[in-house]
Amino acid sequence: MNHVPDGASAGPLDMLLDVRGIAISFGGLSAVRDFSLHMPSGALYGLIGPNGAGKTTVFNLLTGVYRTETGSIAVRGRRVDALKPHQIATAGLARTFQNIRLFGHLSVLDNVRVACHLRGRHGLAGTLLRLGHHVAQERSITRRARDLLAMFGLSDREDHQARHLSYGDQRRLEIARALATEPKVLLLDEPAAGMNAQEKVDLAGLIRRIRDERGLAILLIEHDMGLVMNVCQRITVLEYGAVIAEGEPTDIQKNPRVIEAYLGTPVELPAGWEV
Amino acid sequence: MDDSNNLAPTRSAVLRNVTLPVAGAVALGLLMQLVVGPASGPYATRLMLDVGVAIIAAVSLNIINGYTGQFSVGHAAFIAAGGYVAGSFTYYCSLLWWGEYAKHGGFLGMGEWLFFCSCLLGGFGAAALGWLVGLPSLRLRGDYLAIVTLGFGEILRVLLQNTNRQIFDAEQLRDATWRQLVPPPLGGAQGFSDVPKYTNLFWMYLMVAVTLFVAVRLKISSTGRAFLSIREDEIAAEAMGVDITRLKVRAFIVAAFFAGIAGGLFAHQSGTVIRPIDAGFQRSFEIVIMVVLGGLGSISGVTLAAVILTLLPALLLDFAQYRMILYALLLILLMIFRPQGLLGVKELWDFARPWRRGGTRT
Amino acid sequence: MDDFLQTLMTAVSVGSLYALIALGYTMVYGVLKFINFAHSDVVVLGAWFSFTLATWFLPQMGIDPAAAPWWAACGVLFFAMLACGGVGFLIERLAYRPLRRAPRLNVLITAIGVSLLLQNVGQLQFDLGAGLRLPFGTQPQGMPRLVPDVALNDAAVARGVAGEGGSSSTLVLEHPAVLESGRSYRAVVYRDNGAVERARITSSTGTYGAGAVMSLGSSLTRPPDGSVYVIRRLARVPIAMIDVVIVVTAGGLMVLLNLLVYRSKLGMAMRAVSFNTDTAALMGIPVDRVISFTFVLGAMLAAAAGFLYAIKYTTLQQPAHAGWVLLGLKAFVAAVVGGIGNIQGAVLGGFLIAFIEQFGAVYVSSDLRDISVFAVLILVLLVRPTGVLGSPSCEKV
Repeated sequence: MNHVPDGASAGPLDMLLDVRGIAISFGGLSAVRDFSLHMPSGALYGLIGPNGAGKTTVFNLLTGVYRTETGSIAVRGRRVDALKPHQIATAGLARTFQNIRLFGHLSVLDNVRVACHLRGRHGLAGTLLRLGHHVAQERSITRRARDLLAMFGLSDREDHQARHLSYGDQRRLEIARALATEPKVLLLDEPAAGMNAQEKVDLAGLIRRIRDERGLAILLIEHDMGLVMNVCQRITVLEYGAVIAEGEPTDIQKNPRVIEAYLGTPVELPAGWEV
Repeated sequence: MDDSNNLAPTRSAVLRNVTLPVAGAVALGLLMQLVVGPASGPYATRLMLDVGVAIIAAVSLNIINGYTGQFSVGHAAFIAAGGYVAGSFTYYCSLLWWGEYAKHGGFLGMGEWLFFCSCLLGGFGAAALGWLVGLPSLRLRGDYLAIVTLGFGEILRVLLQNTNRQIFDAEQLRDATWRQLVPPPLGGAQGFSDVPKYTNLFWMYLMVAVTLFVAVRLKISSTGRAFLSIREDEIAAEAMGVDITRLKVRAFIVAAFFAGIAGGLFAHQSGTVIRPIDAGFQRSFEIVIMVVLGGLGSISGVTLAAVILTLLPALLLDFAQYRMILYALLLILLMIFRPQGLLGVKELWDFARPWRRGGTRT
Repeated sequence: MDDFLQTLMTAVSVGSLYALIALGYTMVYGVLKFINFAHSDVVVLGAWFSFTLATWFLPQMGIDPAAAPWWAACGVLFFAMLACGGVGFLIERLAYRPLRRAPRLNVLITAIGVSLLLQNVGQLQFDLGAGLRLPFGTQPQGMPRLVPDVALNDAAVARGVAGEGGSSSTLVLEHPAVLESGRSYRAVVYRDNGAVERARITSSTGTYGAGAVMSLGSSLTRPPDGSVYVIRRLARVPIAMIDVVIVVTAGGLMVLLNLLVYRSKLGMAMRAVSFNTDTAALMGIPVDRVISFTFVLGAMLAAAAGFLYAIKYTTLQQPAHAGWVLLGLKAFVAAVVGGIGNIQGAVLGGFLIAFIEQFGAVYVSSDLRDISVFAVLILVLLVRPTGVLGSPSCEKV
């Protein structure tokens, strides 16, 4: 099966993220197989599927937490599938975590500043002697971090420890932190989980805005179908590690295999029963 | 994005960031040497020297255990390595140059500069070891790393016990055969004695100040934040582009360097003989206790703990027998009732500004 | 060849000690997922409890520790295991249980604290009256052997009643005896009062007739006239009784442990807790009790190892001595090499480490014996961190 989007004649170099046939299995269990994805600049795609379908595993493969057994992953035309996670981040791939993994005892500001770390040189001499370039760099990092916090409405909490933030704020901080690495491709793992309806609406706007302002490609794992159908241009559906459907939201909604995966096989109800 | 160009280093910045701290460190050393020392007598001076070694040791271990959250229990090995390198260098150089191992020159005289270089050498030697120990740590989680560092200390102890006999006179040293020099003549199980006693309050507190400066500057910098992020969550740190491998090794190297300096100062202190047992786990545990009591990551807390835990047994002489028992109980009770230590990750100065909720800032 | 066999024997004997200790590390790691730093100190306690029982309790019961019957040695072992089991229970209950949900690092630090506590309390000493002094003090002590210092494969070449005359440290023969060249001989003298004395024969080789005087390596308290003597030719590769006792005891305990873990309900509960504590709790397994039990079991095995170590090496170092730490570290390395958390792995690792150590000491360098073990540890951790029998695991992200 070939998952190249219809009419996609673009070569891999035009793709910010170019994933071809990656797979991994854990002790005989094939967690993800033959997964491909091609995201140009400005893409906002969704990755959905029932629990345990392998969505987060795909993220872990892309970010180098797990190593893919087959296929290739390229960011801006550069192969990253043999790199370490921090090198992949440097190559321009950033992510958030489904089970929030903030640096709990660090301040909100520091959480973002840590992620600014990879764009710059941090020699020991510069750090210890506070040489000019080091001071300038630290200032620029702090300013960039504050800008991001402002964008996510977290400015007034920059001195709080991250673990003391509300759930929704923690999710937003995760995105801000990921953006601080100045990625080209952003992977969001259930960013709306635990948010209320208004927060979700705001989040959708924010995600679009980030994409537009920064020309990113964003891949979204989300269980909130309203959000996914609303913001995503294309959606890939996983079940038991395999892609079962791929296309625009309206097609996906009508796709019988997707409905089956989510709701199960329709059964004939006996007369007189109502659902 | 990169706006470092319009912020070129100005003269005043260099003055503020380099010259002032160095001047401050020298001033502290001079103050301790010329005013505090003479005013408080030899016994108190001796205690202050012990406190100095403890501070450097604990604050440097804090860089590994507190900042990066790696758990090393082999710090004494770095101290001993630095002590042996520095002590033997001063001793044998004195023997070769001046024909005797007695002190040479007065305050800030030739001998003291040799001693200073020895301490630096000890620091570099220990840092090399730190690099070596840091390497396996990349792949090891907390408790495994603890065992490896512990084992490393014991290895060093065994190696030191199998060194050659110390050479006590210049003639013999010049005529020494290879068999006497390899393994190096570090005194074996008896330890290495008669190192010239150069350590005084000036050098001690100069190095204490330098160590504290480095610890503070590391903590409130990008590197320091990256260290802390490793402690908080390695996987997230990696995903944010933090090269955890390199940073862990860097933490080990910096910490080992200062431990080596502490060892050098200790070796040149009067009344000490450096022994293989100094590399062993018991001394390491004492330093771990200081760091845990003070609060993993808190420089001021760890300094405070180093001072308290060094002075306490000296103040309560009868208590020597029960000292380690008390420490052990302290460790257990701390973990049950106040696992963050005295200050947690906070610094003393964080308490002066109660609206701050933690974290650090430049 | 003799060297090889001799080393092999030592390695098997030492290996079973390591295995016993490694089992404790591995079982605790299995249920609690942390390294019990204090485990080696429980071994020390076991050795020193054995010492106290043998040198104070046995004489109180009218048994001479130098000539103790086998059941007295078993009693010492049993009570030492009991006492250490109690200590293991207390350690878990007081120090580790409050930290059940704490970060691993905190538990590790606590374990270091417990280790320091045991070491330093062990160094105290109080006179409790009637010659009983506890804990153990700061001086090394000589442990009574409890197991006769004999080799099982010595050959008796002559026996008789010791004749009159001769000075101390000589033996007057009743019957002729031949001392072959290239072999060592030993005289065993059975006194009237039941005491047994052993001494090496230092006479030169040759044929000795009846009434001849043989000189002995050590001085006997009086000329052993009238007592029965046996002259034994020492085996080239002696199979020491003590080593046999060690291997049999350790092997027996391991078999018992295996039955317990794989054949009993309690063992099933232990394995369940080890697999997943939370799920085990949901299945109605009393997790706290199972963990307590695991600690007690590990501590009892450690005590047995301490007892066997004490009667093999007979010189007991003070509780905080570096030698004990090394013993514990080696056993820990054994557990890691075998795959920590894996019971068969601990046994395999114990023997593996002992073989590397003993053969390395004989054929490479004895100075570096302790170092080779750590080299193995670092190698294993780098190449296969889960050990020989461990299964790979990965953290869930």
